[in-house]
Amino acid sequence: MSVIVILILISLTVALLFLAGFIWAVKSGQFEDTCTPAMRVLTDDAPVKEPNLDPKHTKT
Amino acid sequence: MRGTVDNSIAEAPDRILASEGIAAGLSSTDAAGAGRCFHCGEPCRGHEFTRADKVFCCRGCQAVHDILSASGLDQFYRLASAPGVRVRNESGSNTWAYLDDPAVQKRLLDFTDGKLSLVTLKVPGIHCIACVWLLENLFRLHPGIGTSQVNFPRREVAVSFAPAKIAFSEVAALLTSIGYEPQFTLAELDKLRPGSTNRRLWLQVGVAGFAFGNIMLLSIPVYLGLDSFSAPLFKALFGYASLALAVPVLCYCASDYWHAARLAVRQRMLTLDVPIALGLAALYVQSAVEIVSGRGAGYLDSLAGLVFFLLCGRIFQQKTFARIAFDRDYRCFFPLSVLRKRADEERSVALSELRSGDRIVLRNGELIPADSELIHGSALIDYSFVTGESEPVARAKGDRLYAGGKQLGEMIEVEMVKDVSQGYLASLWDHAAFGKQSRRDLETVTNRYSRRFTGAVMAIALSAGVFWCLSGQAARGLKAFTSVLIVACPCALALAAPFALGTTQRWLARRGIFLKNTLVLERLANVDTIVFDKTGTLTSGGASRVNLHPFDSGLSDADKSRFAALARHSTHPHSARIQEVLAGNDQFQFSGFNEVPGGGVEANLDGRSFRLGSANWLRRRGLAVPEIPGANGSASYAAIDSKVRAGFVLHTALRPRTEHLLGELSPKYDLALLSGDNEKEREKFRRLFGSDARLRFNQSPFEKLAFVEKLQGDGRTVMMVGDGLNDAGALKQSDVGVAVVEQVGTFSPASDIILPARDVPRLARLLELARRSVRVVRVSFGISAVYNLAGITIAAGGMLSPVVCAVLMPLSSISVVLFACGSSSRAVKKTGLNPLPD
Repeated sequence: MSVIVILILISLTVALLFLAGFIWAVKSGQFEDTCTPAMRVLTDDAPVKEPNLDPKHTKT
Repeated sequence: MRGTVDNSIAEAPDRILASEGIAAGLSSTDAAGAGRCFHCGEPCRGHEFTRADKVFCCRGCQAVHDILSASGLDQFYRLASAPGVRVRNESGSNTWAYLDDPAVQKRLLDFTDGKLSLVTLKVPGIHCIACVWLLENLFRLHPGIGTSQVNFPRREVAVSFAPAKIAFSEVAALLTSIGYEPQFTLAELDKLRPGSTNRRLWLQVGVAGFAFGNIMLLSIPVYLGLDSFSAPLFKALFGYASLALAVPVLCYCASDYWHAARLAVRQRMLTLDVPIALGLAALYVQSAVEIVSGRGAGYLDSLAGLVFFLLCGRIFQQKTFARIAFDRDYRCFFPLSVLRKRADEERSVALSELRSGDRIVLRNGELIPADSELIHGSALIDYSFVTGESEPVARAKGDRLYAGGKQLGEMIEVEMVKDVSQGYLASLWDHAAFGKQSRRDLETVTNRYSRRFTGAVMAIALSAGVFWCLSGQAARGLKAFTSVLIVACPCALALAAPFALGTTQRWLARRGIFLKNTLVLERLANVDTIVFDKTGTLTSGGASRVNLHPFDSGLSDADKSRFAALARHSTHPHSARIQEVLAGNDQFQFSGFNEVPGGGVEANLDGRSFRLGSANWLRRRGLAVPEIPGANGSASYAAIDSKVRAGFVLHTALRPRTEHLLGELSPKYDLALLSGDNEKEREKFRRLFGSDARLRFNQSPFEKLAFVEKLQGDGRTVMMVGDGLNDAGALKQSDVGVAVVEQVGTFSPASDIILPARDVPRLARLLELARRSVRVVRVSFGISAVYNLAGITIAAGGMLSPVVCAVLMPLSSISVVLFACGSSSRAVKKTGLNPLPD
């Protein structure tokens, strides 16, 4: 039965890891804007082509 | 698309169509069909601007398309049909020059180390998925730009750039060139940005949830009464582990409740935080005593669960509408820069650098930033923003111009006589109404209830404790005392208002009606007096009705389109209306064009002279101007050579169904009208409002504020409905300030509710909904009181067990939450304020 003690310690450790992950996610701002990422996944990345840096277009 | 609906609600209806059209746009690219601009989707007049099979409405749109396709960003057009923003005003090369001023940069940039700068720009043009994609691919347009990230709900883009390769002003110009002009207002410079969403609250919920789950896991043996875990080793392990897990819940997650309770006690206000704090303390002490003495397992699962549920309620309630700013002052309306003239050199400088004595140049449509004197040019100032007066006024050289007015017509030069912060308009914000933190926010339904509730609970707890002590069972008495506090901990009570009112708030937001917070609904339910502004609130600026009165032979269709073309050349706001009734779109080559501000426009064509203007102006030109029978609005006249051929009467049209609304409201509420406009229409509004309503005309912003203050002094709960800055004081002073906006996201003064103009006729329903929602809260209190009574009966007998507590607490909370959400949604449907179909 005393194996329970070890199991509980392991489960608590795993839970703490998840908590740490959550705290990291909040601190890195992932809960600030939950809308834009949902839109972003719908767009594909266009193949990166060397932009045509015609001076006429980049001049501001 | 469902996931984004909550946030895209804030869109104007056409924008919703644009973003809802994403799905369709992904599969089809035939946006150019039916003569609509391939870039922005607006109808095209001709076929002047084309590229291959694509048509554009203007040179600007075509140019943006060229830039994008040259940079390999064609995908923009595949993500949505016609996703572009029309490039409206060509900005001069020095428009953004002030952004390169180090002092301005220091206040605008989020970060800079000389090699890399980071700035967050407000871009109101962001409206769909293609915008997000394009703005996040800015680096393809210029090598100096690093990453860019869009925050869609806030309409912001965070850009990092290398100042060595691209100047800040060039970044702004680049965005402008593709149609996404960043918006800088004075408020930004003063760092009035809305605070970031509550990271701390999320962390608290996370930690509480973590502790709640794990303590429950450790409590399973207790719940199930498993004897095999009754060994002292397990008991101690589970008990102390739970005790440790509960420490962060108590110290970190619940810290706001401790703080609020301490504050409430100091102010002698028995808010709901007091019994919550008492219950939490009782829970922890009782549990710690039981665990340390080895007599029981305590109630720590209930403690963590309680805090977790309470915090969830807060998250639900604190849903903020990041894009909607409720606390705007004049600084949000003023641009950041203005053209300053100094020794023949014109330079765009930041408003904060302007001092009285500076000379500035204002073009058509620009706002006067400070009280000034007119030096050069003839001014036609639209003060509707400040005073509500709908007619623009003409001013001559040497006249005083007040801040907040908008110049219409030609370019003028003015000399500032006051600093920006000392103008007539700015002084409104110095009024006490803007400074005070009102105590009324504490006067909530919940707190009124909690005062009685807390007293009753303390009385029961004490008498139960004393009763058992007197009958000789001191231990049982102590347990009964803490048990009552534990069970009575008003979790369900605390959740009722956030969920009931929060649900209503969310439904309304999906319709485009935004409430500052849920407390507004409670105050709305108590309103007994409604004060309306006239211009822009009851009457709409945009939909004025124009009647055409022909004289003599009238106007031929050909002449009508000639006058339409003439009206198009005028900057006077009436000319757009007149142009609409004349319905002409042809181009003519006028000669000798002349516009007299406050008078009219005149020009020659084919040897005939055409004049369009006011009666007085035409009379000064020696023409006989006939009266228009029954005209009570302002009138303009069209004359060819020396004969007046037609008159145009402009009626300020009431919004549709206004009569119906006032009829609905007048039996239940006292109504009043405050207008900055003249008394021309007093009789009309007397009929609409009924004989005992108070109608005031020619009211200054300060008089409006004073009027509301006086009503409140008579014990009234006042709702003010207004739109312009001239109502800002009254809106702020009133118990519920409702700002009417033509389009959500546009300028609106500080208020409690932002109401789209189309829903003004449904104001009565909104009031009804508020009363229903508060009723839902009251019934929820009743339900939680039943649970509390049952729990207290058990607890006062000193028989509370952890299992009873663990069942009762979530059961009461969840049933109250379900009831509150369900009933509120039903109330919304019953009052017919459900979201508009997409």
